[in-house]
Amino acid sequence: MQQTITAEDSAIPAGGAKRRTGSFGDKLFEGLCRGAGVLVLLTLGGIILTLLIGGLPAFLHYGPAFITSDAWNPVEDHREEYGALVSIFGTIVSAVLAIIFAVPVAFGISFFLTELAPEWLRRPVGTAIELLAAVPSIIYGMWGLFVVVPFVQVYIQLGLGEYLETIPLIGFIFESRSFAGTSLFTAALVLAIMILPFIAATMRDVFLQVPPVYKESAYGLGATRWEVVKGVVLPYTRISVVGGIMLGLGRALGETMAVTFVIGNANRMPQSIFDPSTTIASVIAMEFPESLSGSMKQSALFALGFLLFVISFLVLASSRYLLRSRLKA
Amino acid sequence: MSTTTMSPLLKARNESAARSLGRRRKMVDSTIKWLCLIATVAGLFFLASIMGTLLWRGLESLSLNTLIAEFKPTSYGEDTSAPGGLRHAIIGSLIQTAIGTVIGTPIGLLVGTYLAEYARGSAFGNAVRFVSDVLLSAPSILIGLFIYQLVVLPMGGFSGIAGALALAIIVIPVVVRTTEDMLQLIPNTLREAVIGLGAPKWKMITLVCYKAAASGILTGILLAVARIAGETAPLLLTSFGNNVTSLDLSSAMASLPIAIYQQANSGFPDLIQIAWSGALIVTLGVLAINIIARFVIRGRH
Repeated sequence: MQQTITAEDSAIPAGGAKRRTGSFGDKLFEGLCRGAGVLVLLTLGGIILTLLIGGLPAFLHYGPAFITSDAWNPVEDHREEYGALVSIFGTIVSAVLAIIFAVPVAFGISFFLTELAPEWLRRPVGTAIELLAAVPSIIYGMWGLFVVVPFVQVYIQLGLGEYLETIPLIGFIFESRSFAGTSLFTAALVLAIMILPFIAATMRDVFLQVPPVYKESAYGLGATRWEVVKGVVLPYTRISVVGGIMLGLGRALGETMAVTFVIGNANRMPQSIFDPSTTIASVIAMEFPESLSGSMKQSALFALGFLLFVISFLVLASSRYLLRSRLKA
Repeated sequence: MSTTTMSPLLKARNESAARSLGRRRKMVDSTIKWLCLIATVAGLFFLASIMGTLLWRGLESLSLNTLIAEFKPTSYGEDTSAPGGLRHAIIGSLIQTAIGTVIGTPIGLLVGTYLAEYARGSAFGNAVRFVSDVLLSAPSILIGLFIYQLVVLPMGGFSGIAGALALAIIVIPVVVRTTEDMLQLIPNTLREAVIGLGAPKWKMITLVCYKAAASGILTGILLAVARIAGETAPLLLTSFGNNVTSLDLSSAMASLPIAIYQQANSGFPDLIQIAWSGALIVTLGVLAINIIARFVIRGRH
């Protein structure tokens, strides 16, 4: 008896010491994890701050007119003037057009993959579509420049342009003044192909989350597959579907290299969708490497970057808000 | 009386109306089916067109020389001189991708661990998760601007390390997402069993949870490598590109995407040829890593 008591006695401090090292390790590890989390917050804060500080001279010099001015004269004398209107317009129009092109196709793909395709086909086709998302942006740019641009030039601008131009009231949107093939339209087309897999993947994932019982009861009433999707699947998933579309929009707004190759990089207000234009990201990519540090031009580019950040942050934040139910599941 | 004579007529009319409604419903259904099939074929066609163009244009000039020769200015028109290659760009890309991955992965791993193991539902955790998700889709060129201000300006010039840091920032959110997802798949009973044996929490995470989630975490890292291997925009503002092989991290460094960008826009057919070879190398590498990543994760489930 005596012996067991002493054994226990001696065991208690040993166990205590062990727990202390354990709790030290715990504190250290939790501190490291928390610190890494803080670092992520600081990174985003740092991005906002550096863009704002870099852009401050341009914001102060031009005031609110920076956003509403369509001037872009990098000549360094008294005519030097910068405005953001053209590139903001190009960014938003190309991204919205891309969404208009991509959403129906993405819906078709996700409907096909969740309802129509035979089981054995779903995985390979789904993987192929996901691989489309893995192709680097620069490859889309090159492919766009050497394949899509000539296609748009010959078959869309020359082939369809004449008929589109004659549509009353909105015909001017399709007027072709430049036949280089690099245009707002081409950029939107390439962007649409790039964001297609993101939207399609989100739609497929949320379609799969619809409880089978709901669909089965609709089928039981004699509904066709399209009626099931229209009446059950889409109403059930519409918020997440909009979230997926916003995610695609956020991607399209910030896309740089692919757009730079095919948009024509003309810093003037486009009159039709076949005019060359530019976006915030491609202006930065084209002009930043050759700008002098501390110059007004560089500051204007930082200011553009800040505006792009604000726009894409709003879009991505709303996308995440809409997709929150999916993220929880 | 009249109702009995009417009813067969009415019935017939209803039947024909029902039949035509049924026909219309079936037609709408099959039209939509065909449209969906066309959409899917279009999606696959884009991938096939990209791959086909890359193979057709890229293989034409891809040779051992492309891989081991230095950049050479255009020699278009002089058939005698040897063509240039992409050695400088391949080496630069490997260095920057490797350093970016090595810096970004541990941070991403720790953040993912924090979100899954420590901060479930806490306000700070939700903020970190939100910011990480925003960084995942944020325009990469803005990360280039950030590193330009933070590293390039103080260092007094473009540098390889600046490029690697920009890539590291892109790696972090990719690894965070997969790490958190994979750790959350681990059943809590496993955690309880480890804690019940008296192990401290950090040992539970590092020795048991990481092991259980290893394939998923590895997939995340591979996807991050694939993502940054083809990244161009941030490098344009950080490591800038270089026409000679450079191992010096403090000076401008070449990379494959930047070399492709510059040579594709040079206007010289021989340089564009080399750009196609580079594009083929990058794409095959990136797609191969993606497919391997899929097999890693499928192997377990």
